[in-house]
Amino acid sequence: MKAIARTLVLGLALGLGVAQAASAQTTLRMTWYSDGNEGEVMADLLKRFESKNPDIKVVLDEVPFKAINETLPVQLASGQGPDMARVADLGGLARYMMDLRPYLKNAATWEANYGPFLKWMRVPGDTASIPGYMTQLTVTGPFVNKSLFEQAGIAMPGANATWQDWATAAKSVAAKTGAPFPLAIDRSGHRFFSLAIAQGAKVFDAAGEPAVVDDGFKRAAQLVVDWHKSGVMSKELWGSVSGAAYRGANEEFKNAQVVMYVSGSWQIGQFDKTVGDAFDWVAVPSPCGPANCTGMPGGAALVGIKATKHPAEVARVLDYLASEEIAGELYARALFVPGNLALAAKGIDYKAASAPAKAALKVFGAAVAKLDPVANQLQGYTNNRIIFNAVISRLGQTITGETTLDEAYGRITQDVAQQIAERNKK
Amino acid sequence: MTLPAPLGALTTLPLRLLDAPMRALQRAIGERRMPYVFLAPNAAFFGLFVFLPIAINLWFSVTGGPALFPSERPYVGAGQYAYLFECGSYIDPNSCREDHFWRGVANTAKFTAFQVVAMVGLSLVTAVVLNMKIRARGFFRAVYFFPVLLSPVVVALIWKWILQRDGLLNAAITAMGGDKILFFIDPNWAMFWAVLVSVWAHMGFYTLILLAGLQAIPADLYEAAEMDATPRFRVFRLITLPLLWPNMVVVIVLALIRGVQIFDEVYVLTGGGPGSATLMVVQYIYETAFSNQVQNFGLAAAASCVLGVVLFCLTLAQLAASRRKGA
Repeated sequence: MKAIARTLVLGLALGLGVAQAASAQTTLRMTWYSDGNEGEVMADLLKRFESKNPDIKVVLDEVPFKAINETLPVQLASGQGPDMARVADLGGLARYMMDLRPYLKNAATWEANYGPFLKWMRVPGDTASIPGYMTQLTVTGPFVNKSLFEQAGIAMPGANATWQDWATAAKSVAAKTGAPFPLAIDRSGHRFFSLAIAQGAKVFDAAGEPAVVDDGFKRAAQLVVDWHKSGVMSKELWGSVSGAAYRGANEEFKNAQVVMYVSGSWQIGQFDKTVGDAFDWVAVPSPCGPANCTGMPGGAALVGIKATKHPAEVARVLDYLASEEIAGELYARALFVPGNLALAAKGIDYKAASAPAKAALKVFGAAVAKLDPVANQLQGYTNNRIIFNAVISRLGQTITGETTLDEAYGRITQDVAQQIAERNKK
Repeated sequence: MTLPAPLGALTTLPLRLLDAPMRALQRAIGERRMPYVFLAPNAAFFGLFVFLPIAINLWFSVTGGPALFPSERPYVGAGQYAYLFECGSYIDPNSCREDHFWRGVANTAKFTAFQVVAMVGLSLVTAVVLNMKIRARGFFRAVYFFPVLLSPVVVALIWKWILQRDGLLNAAITAMGGDKILFFIDPNWAMFWAVLVSVWAHMGFYTLILLAGLQAIPADLYEAAEMDATPRFRVFRLITLPLLWPNMVVVIVLALIRGVQIFDEVYVLTGGGPGSATLMVVQYIYETAFSNQVQNFGLAAAASCVLGVVLFCLTLAQLAASRRKGA
């Protein structure tokens, strides 16, 4: 009897001990979206963090990209958001991000590794805060179905080919092979502006305020409308939905229906995994326009959220994830262009990548150095999504014949002004 | 049938437990006030989940800015409504400042008109056929009602798979030697399928209402007509239709309300495109409030108040129609 009682008391004590340890553990929530396998990699990295830091548990909430853009901002505005989130609208959500500096082991290392990208995450006027780190740097650019070119017996345009050169070649290839999409550009403002800036669009006036519609912009808009009329671009992307809805052609590219697909570096992982031996694909440098051959930079950052009740723990997680070793592992396993300057300088060893994926990463890596200053300025502009959305929505209407291009120009200017005014109402 | 004694005692236990406090309450406040005690829980529920959100929405519609909390939003008076209604001509959305709203209004009106006509017509024909003594009548009644049980999103996805470039319908067309039709890049096709899918999904419900009406028509009227050798069409026109009219009015008004509220099916099926050819008012409200970088809650709230007024009028019409039917 005494033995049973002793065992019970011991069990109770142990149980209480475990319960106390559990109650001392801080649970953090991280909202995350994935284009490829980065969610799996992050889950793996967090497990490793938890084993080294048993007092912190991180719950990874994987959500669609749409939820990051539409649901998360409402959550954050109501103060009910997660402790950390992976976001792409860096400027738009900057006001909800925390400054990690007081809690970081070495803020100077963060500045050195992520400095140029930190300004994308800051509210206007803030020049010092460290809200998070880049989980990936992206650059827009084209993927080409090389097999279709070979099948058509047409040579691929060279390194400094123009947008028109590629459009002409893609149309000829599609005509010979029966591919339904000669040139597919994601229905995204971000993608459109790589074309527009190459055509000479300046986007901002001398004071740094938006002046979206200029001659370069008009040249690009005219090209997109003409390409839809002539069948270079199918209306299934830009003409099939309304408003600022995103529509990509990654599925169509994977099904060998697209000759040239203008998207970005984040597609490499999924193409590497899904295309396999079905056909040969390559990434090529961004086509040139009269002004330059730029792509558009972008990316996603993992940031701490201001409303968190555990800022110190959030900083510990981010300190761990942003370290060279761990960030490098994420970039290498997810096939991302590194958003860490030290790692970019050293180069990433993409062990898991196939030969075409490695070649594509090299092309996109090289494109970073060729980015036009206007492209960088637009990416860093807080209200850039207002511009992107207005452009996509209004050009979409022109492509379907609802409005003329001149009407679209007027509407774009008006939409941008109205939305910025609305944002500034206090 | 009586319940076994222990079970009976168990079921009446809550009543017996409540009996004493209720009697005490009745003594305290008086018998005439007791109905309000019973109404209070429901009124509180309605107040919290219906009237309070309406009040908050009204407040949002007279405020501006991106803040979420009502207390942080600056008052702008009727500014949002003025912005919505700033038009050169209400029948030309291009002349309106907020042209997307007016495109939504025009599309919703077009969708509702086509949908009501198709819904009422097809439901009536189906109800009449299902009311006849045909073989496997029960089976067909179930078949027509089945889509009503499906979620609108599921319905839209099924039809999207049928209608897309490499969908079932295009496979059938190409198998017969035709060319693929890209239904979602042609404004007329997109609206046609939006209406058809909506009718397919909800027709069963309206058919059921009309079927109930048909079954309530006394059989002796038809027997008398048969004895007089009245032609079938005249029987339908002079007996069936007038006696079914109260049900028809309910169906028309319900279909109208549904048409004005349409969102989920069309949003998933066409995304409001091509261009804004199938952009409906509710989608406009949703996108204005949530999809833009600046979430314009004020403008979206104003548009939803306008929509609310339209729906309120239609609901009054439905109530009036139901009362007339009851009388």
